[in-house]
Amino acid sequence: MEVLLFVAAALRISVPYALAAMGAAVSERGGVICIALEGIMLNGALGYVLGAHATGNPWVGLSTAVLAGLATAWLHAEVTVRFRADQITSGLGINLLAAGLTRFVLVRVFHSSSNSPRVVGLPDWDLFGLSRLPAIGPLLGSPLVLLTAACVPLVWWLLFRSVFGLRLRSIGENPEAAASLGLHVPRYRTQGVLICGALASLAGAWLASEQHSFNDGMTGGRGYIALAAMIVGKWNPVGAAAACLLFGTADALQIRLQGSAFPSELLQALPYLVTMLALAGFIGRAVAPKAVGVPFDPDQR
Amino acid sequence: MLAPHVSLRDITRRCGNVVANDRVSLELLPGQVHAIVGENGAGKSTLMKVLYGLFQPDSGEILIDGRPVRLPDPEAAMHLGLGMVHQHFMLIDTLSVTENVVLGREPLQGLGAFDRAKAEADVAALAKRYSLPVDPRARISQLSVGAQQRVEILKALFRGARVLILDEPTAVLTPQEVDELFVVLRALQHDGVSIVLITHKLGEVKALADVVTVMRAGRVVGGGRVAELTTNQISELMVGRVLAPLRQRTARVPGESLLATRSLEVNDERGLRAVRGVSFDVRAGEIVGLAGIDGNGQHELLESLAGLCAPHAGTISIGGHLLAGHSARAHREAGLANIPSDRLKRGLVSDMTLAENLVLGRQREASHGPWLGGPALEARARGPLAEYDVRPPEPRGIAGQRSGGNQQKLIAARELGKRSAGAPPVRAILAAHPTRGVDLGAIEFLHGQLLAARDAGCAVLLVSCELSEVLALSDRILVMYEGRIVHETTPAATNERTLGQWMTGRVASQGESA
Amino acid sequence: MSASRPRLAAALGWAAPLAAVLAALAAGAVFIAAIGESPLEIYALMFREAFGTGYGLGQTLFKTTPLLFTGLAVALAFRAGLFNIGVESQMYLGGFAAALVGAYAPLPGVLLLPATLLAAAVAGGAWGAIPGSLKARFGAHEVINTIMLNFIAISLVSWIGRGLFETASVRTRDIAAGAWLPRLDTLLPEFRGAPANFSLLLALVLAVLVGVLLFRTRLGYELRAVGMNASAAEAAGISIGRSQVLAMSLSGAIAGLGGVNFVLGYKHYFELEFTGGAGFIGIAVALLGRNHPFGVLLAALFFGGLSHGALVINQRVPRELVNVLQGLVILFAISAQAVAARLARRWA
Repeated sequence: MEVLLFVAAALRISVPYALAAMGAAVSERGGVICIALEGIMLNGALGYVLGAHATGNPWVGLSTAVLAGLATAWLHAEVTVRFRADQITSGLGINLLAAGLTRFVLVRVFHSSSNSPRVVGLPDWDLFGLSRLPAIGPLLGSPLVLLTAACVPLVWWLLFRSVFGLRLRSIGENPEAAASLGLHVPRYRTQGVLICGALASLAGAWLASEQHSFNDGMTGGRGYIALAAMIVGKWNPVGAAAACLLFGTADALQIRLQGSAFPSELLQALPYLVTMLALAGFIGRAVAPKAVGVPFDPDQR
Repeated sequence: MLAPHVSLRDITRRCGNVVANDRVSLELLPGQVHAIVGENGAGKSTLMKVLYGLFQPDSGEILIDGRPVRLPDPEAAMHLGLGMVHQHFMLIDTLSVTENVVLGREPLQGLGAFDRAKAEADVAALAKRYSLPVDPRARISQLSVGAQQRVEILKALFRGARVLILDEPTAVLTPQEVDELFVVLRALQHDGVSIVLITHKLGEVKALADVVTVMRAGRVVGGGRVAELTTNQISELMVGRVLAPLRQRTARVPGESLLATRSLEVNDERGLRAVRGVSFDVRAGEIVGLAGIDGNGQHELLESLAGLCAPHAGTISIGGHLLAGHSARAHREAGLANIPSDRLKRGLVSDMTLAENLVLGRQREASHGPWLGGPALEARARGPLAEYDVRPPEPRGIAGQRSGGNQQKLIAARELGKRSAGAPPVRAILAAHPTRGVDLGAIEFLHGQLLAARDAGCAVLLVSCELSEVLALSDRILVMYEGRIVHETTPAATNERTLGQWMTGRVASQGESA
Repeated sequence: MSASRPRLAAALGWAAPLAAVLAALAAGAVFIAAIGESPLEIYALMFREAFGTGYGLGQTLFKTTPLLFTGLAVALAFRAGLFNIGVESQMYLGGFAAALVGAYAPLPGVLLLPATLLAAAVAGGAWGAIPGSLKARFGAHEVINTIMLNFIAISLVSWIGRGLFETASVRTRDIAAGAWLPRLDTLLPEFRGAPANFSLLLALVLAVLVGVLLFRTRLGYELRAVGMNASAAEAAGISIGRSQVLAMSLSGAIAGLGGVNFVLGYKHYFELEFTGGAGFIGIAVALLGRNHPFGVLLAALFFGGLSHGALVINQRVPRELVNVLQGLVILFAISAQAVAARLARRWA
């Protein structure tokens, strides 16, 4: 029972990471680095709260969340794909912009500099009686959890079994070759970024739904951890989701151990340390798509 | 289906100041193998890129089966049955053969799924039809160069190419792979596909082509049915002048060995052995020319001589000092000067000024204590810039904005220039393709500088694809093939044709033929 | 080809940041108008407050100071081809180290101040050396590593601070008076009341030093060469790995020193989260200033002025507008610079 509760907690924590990490994997497979995850998640969270607050309907909130995420992702795509500016700084700029924008809206609309009023969260579904299971039940009743679980095979299929995924991956590896075959590189890259925006905004919506409100800076760096998970998972949605589970478990463990003798701060730092180890090559070689981060310049032939 | 009749009429295309194609006209008859020959820079590749829609001609027209057409991009060209196999393959290493071939025209299954089985079957059938042995499931990164080229050909055929353009296809192939390619091309021709072969190797022209067109300096200077022309006639048209005589030089007895290798083994980027057991000496006061086709290990040899890549085995000595491990700095301090083959990648920092580039690699020599820069640096630059005729001789000019010739002169000024007292003198010089992409006037100047260095007692290793350059400058000539030194001779005892034969793997038992 | 073309291209390079600022201000104007206020009036108010009064200018300078440090740090790293996103934590740890030394080191007054400064620089430098070494040795990309270190630093400080922090608040003991940096208003009474302090002078000195390092020393030359063309630098005998570690360490040290503005010059103790995003804004400062010390100076002043000016208009327009402007400036700046670079290439 204890174990089940713990597993449920870990899964719960992993959900936003997994959604964002899978989204980032899609974007980067097309060759566009998505440091903007944090900003997209934040905007998604605020989008959810705005929609749910205005209508009282969580599903509307979900839609506005996705809209906000798509808009943010579109901005990132414009700067990096159309203007071909540096992808990393674009992501940082978007994160700064989102932080400021969400605060601005928070103050202006909700007259508070720290949090919004309470909103309704996503309702539970009773699918196949799963939600009546002990401990795990409430988790399995949550639509976003089910969606996340469904996304893992879906995103995998998209990247590795569909024609779109084949083309996207070819663009991420060798955009010149893809262009020479008539593929429109900017269009596919933009689509990849938008998919990332949709998924990451859902991650933000989940956070807001769980908290039933929007708090300033509520993403708390999860976007960066999701990026790290994507790297550890080798740009594969399944690997990324698994890495997210790992990080989620560490997080849950850290909460569990709070108050005990074990320094919780070290556990807090665990996901970050694991990422650094992965980047240094201690967890197998993490090879990014070859052309990731390089703006595609059709004139440079 | 019969291949179309392709006509190019009065095609003109400028690249910067250079007229790459000057009113070029060409007829490609269906089902023929048409060779376009010329030296480096003759305009052959540019012409084919115009035909393939990669470049737009400044004037002139293209007709297909008598109808004028516009080719704004490769897609339009593919649509009309034109296919191109580039010199540098456009393949995606992590994907499979099938995925590369069908990309953009993938068979679908259900809701947007990639019908891999059908694609693999289609590719296998195509490969069988044209006798192109290839494994549809293999990953590109695992394939040999020859196999990768077959994939490129399949790509074009899959898109319905009836005119296949091959740009220097044998430049990267071993002799066996060349033979295999010829079999494929003949099979294609048998099937009615027209073939355009861009090459500078006359042996291939004779072996394969029906018709040849010779280009020189952007113009068509001659051509005709291959059966009616001798290779001598073709090569004279290509070169357009009597082979450059050996440059006047002072007779010199070469001194001590200043640049030496013993049993050098170097691996390339992929971990494959690129330099096999190479041993040679370059002595003071001599120029040794290393002839060979790009890709036979010269790049790896140069990188290890410069200290940029550790050899797998063997030794390197510079100025008489045995050098252990690798460090470009150690090699430079032992007296090595390096004119790299890729000037923009290894030789210059494009965004820095001329003055700053003049101390790249010599920054310790040029600095006063920790200080380097400012007016002192600019003042220091004026002399070398003037002496080496870099135009315009403005120390604050940005290196990346100068022409190729001026950039090369800048590098020469830096590498060959006299060292200050206290700095290690130049003993050995690596000159890799020193006149690639350089105008005639600068070429003469640079050759003069290399000879002057030789006369002053330096050891010069000249690596070049231009046989005329090798023959004009060298005291001794080595030929490199498949990572080994296969032949040693002198300019007086050899000629371009013989060298070409050695460069393509001729076996020593065949007698020398003039 | 006329000689004016390259000059035009160079001019474009400086026009780009200006255009970015104007574009961001214009976008901000849209927000202001959407709330029903007059953009011109608001901007004028902000400008007057930030630069028009002695106290206001003092506050602006106080806010500019950390940005100068972080901007210089980021610019230096960029010049060597590295993204130092870790300036936030380097400054954080620098301030922490300075506070610890200032509060606990049993040193006589005259040695205490230099010791705290040294501690700040060493702490920041070490925190920068870590990603620098990982990059040099393993090729690990410094962007993610520095971001990770930002978070690890927070945990590290919390852990170390557990036994050290004053129980009621989360801050360290007051540092000894010998390590206090005097306020500027001791020199210039116009600034009376503003917390701008001598760390500003330190920042200005550093700006000059960084400029000299980059453009007048052999070391700076090598760093720039590595940043502009690592391949050519390697062929020139410059050690890329050594340059990377050095650049990140120097960058971290500068960022670390930035922590003293708050810790030594203002509150005289360390408190959690004192950096307040100065690290990230430093990235915007470096970008806008085109990684040149003088540009960084101007950009830091601009952002500092924005930051203080925003306080005055807070009744009418949420001061968070400034954060929005910061993000917009980055996006516009990199877009403008990308376009300018392409045009320059085409015209040269």
